[in-house]
Amino acid sequence: MVHKLLKSAATLFAVVALFAFAAPPLAAQQVNPTESSVQEEQLMRALQSGEAVSGRITIPDARAGDLIKPDNKNWAATHGGTVKTVNVVAILGMLVLLVGFYMYRGKIRIESGPSGRTIQRFNAVERFAHWLLAATFIILALTGLNLLIGRAVILPIIGESAFGTLSAWGKIAHNYLAWPFMAALVIVFVAWVLHNIPNKTDIEWIKQGGGLFKKGVHPPAKKFNAGQKVIFWSVIIGGAALSFTGVMLLFPELAGTSAQWQLYQVIHAIVAGIMTAIIIAHIYIGSVGMEGAFDAMGSGQVDENWAKEHHALWVEEKQAREGSAAIKPAGGASPQPAE
Amino acid sequence: MARMKFLCDADRCIECQACVTACKNEHEVPWGINRRRVVTINDGLPGERSVSMACMHCDDAPCAAVCPVDCFYTTADAVVLHSKDTCIGCGYCFYACPFGAPQYPRVGNFGTRGKMDKCTYCSGGPEADMTQAEYVKYGSNRLAEGKLPLCAEMCSTKSLLAGDGDIIADIYRERVVTRGYGSGAWGWRTAYGETISV
Repeated sequence: MVHKLLKSAATLFAVVALFAFAAPPLAAQQVNPTESSVQEEQLMRALQSGEAVSGRITIPDARAGDLIKPDNKNWAATHGGTVKTVNVVAILGMLVLLVGFYMYRGKIRIESGPSGRTIQRFNAVERFAHWLLAATFIILALTGLNLLIGRAVILPIIGESAFGTLSAWGKIAHNYLAWPFMAALVIVFVAWVLHNIPNKTDIEWIKQGGGLFKKGVHPPAKKFNAGQKVIFWSVIIGGAALSFTGVMLLFPELAGTSAQWQLYQVIHAIVAGIMTAIIIAHIYIGSVGMEGAFDAMGSGQVDENWAKEHHALWVEEKQAREGSAAIKPAGGASPQPAE
Repeated sequence: MARMKFLCDADRCIECQACVTACKNEHEVPWGINRRRVVTINDGLPGERSVSMACMHCDDAPCAAVCPVDCFYTTADAVVLHSKDTCIGCGYCFYACPFGAPQYPRVGNFGTRGKMDKCTYCSGGPEADMTQAEYVKYGSNRLAEGKLPLCAEMCSTKSLLAGDGDIIADIYRERVVTRGYGSGAWGWRTAYGETISV
């Protein structure tokens, strides 16, 4: 028995020795082929900004080939961070400024009092374009803002079910009213661009602070003063940026990669917040902030004294062009021939 | 309570796609929606690995953070679920998710994606457990039946693990020690800010 064991051991030793001498190079090459593989940690460390750990996929959706894309979390953080902050600060900040301005300056009156005689400031086409732009913008701003802060502000008040329905309708309104908004933007641009090219009178207007902060100060202006030009170009440039990015968001295939879509979304939301703040100021000065201003876009007929105070050069131009017909007497009726 | 997680041991995955098929069948998922998919990294090269991926049910889920209607919620088992009644199909969660989990019934043009659909960890939705209403919207609720997700339960090589995070991490760690290698806990550092150290 012991002899047999010894014999086996000797044989084993011989075999081992044989292998040891005959095959050292082979043993060195004998790696486990499944042992060396891609490592999650290495791939994640090697990722550049915006990249994903991706591979081959057998389903038609090519985007599904991205296995892990950590940067998507950055977009989520930006959306809940910077984007939200910019919107809240811009809008609340503007409201605080306007309340402060109102307390300091009050309603800006027509200093020489209403004359009763009126001048046509905006015709029907201009007013239609303005109100189309205004109405669509307000709905777009509210429905857009709802996507950002609605869950914190409205959801706790009306509950999950009602808020879901409201937001679903809001999304539809946002997607479809974007088109009349863009149409109105084009009409407004064509109608007013020539009046909004900056010129020398704007420098004087800005130097005098537009007369906004002091009674009795009325820097001359043509059809649009420098402040209105700022509003115009903000609306045109901001509106164009919102339109372009908005169309990209509506058609993700056009936007390209998801990183591009995310970039467009961030631009869209930040520009929208700033635009909303600007428009709140515009609404203020066109309504409660200034006597006689609303008529320009309401009836289209502004009081002669208002026009002379705020747009002196424009009144002169208009009178030079149209003569006495430019100014309509009190009551708005055309002059009656003497009996 | 358990903290439910998935873990795909890529060194065992043979890319058979059975988890994908089982998921589709179990939940009657419509065409075009893949709650789970298998991605092959370094395909055809030495050291290629296939990873089965679905919703990872993240800590601080970014989908929930960006949802405009706050339709996501986390269950006691740490599963991230959502309400299709509240969802408006805006697509934000898709762009927030690092794993491509949110799916939509239609192509996204003009905001017509439809209600989002994603892996529910086989635990349904906000409706009452194991009701027809729940099944139609979210698929079956195996967790309520005391079972684990089907994809992991029927994985032929036991590559895909589902269960309490600590337990499946222990199983994976033991495997790595025994066989001497492991390609890592795919997605864990992104979803949970941690990985499994061996």
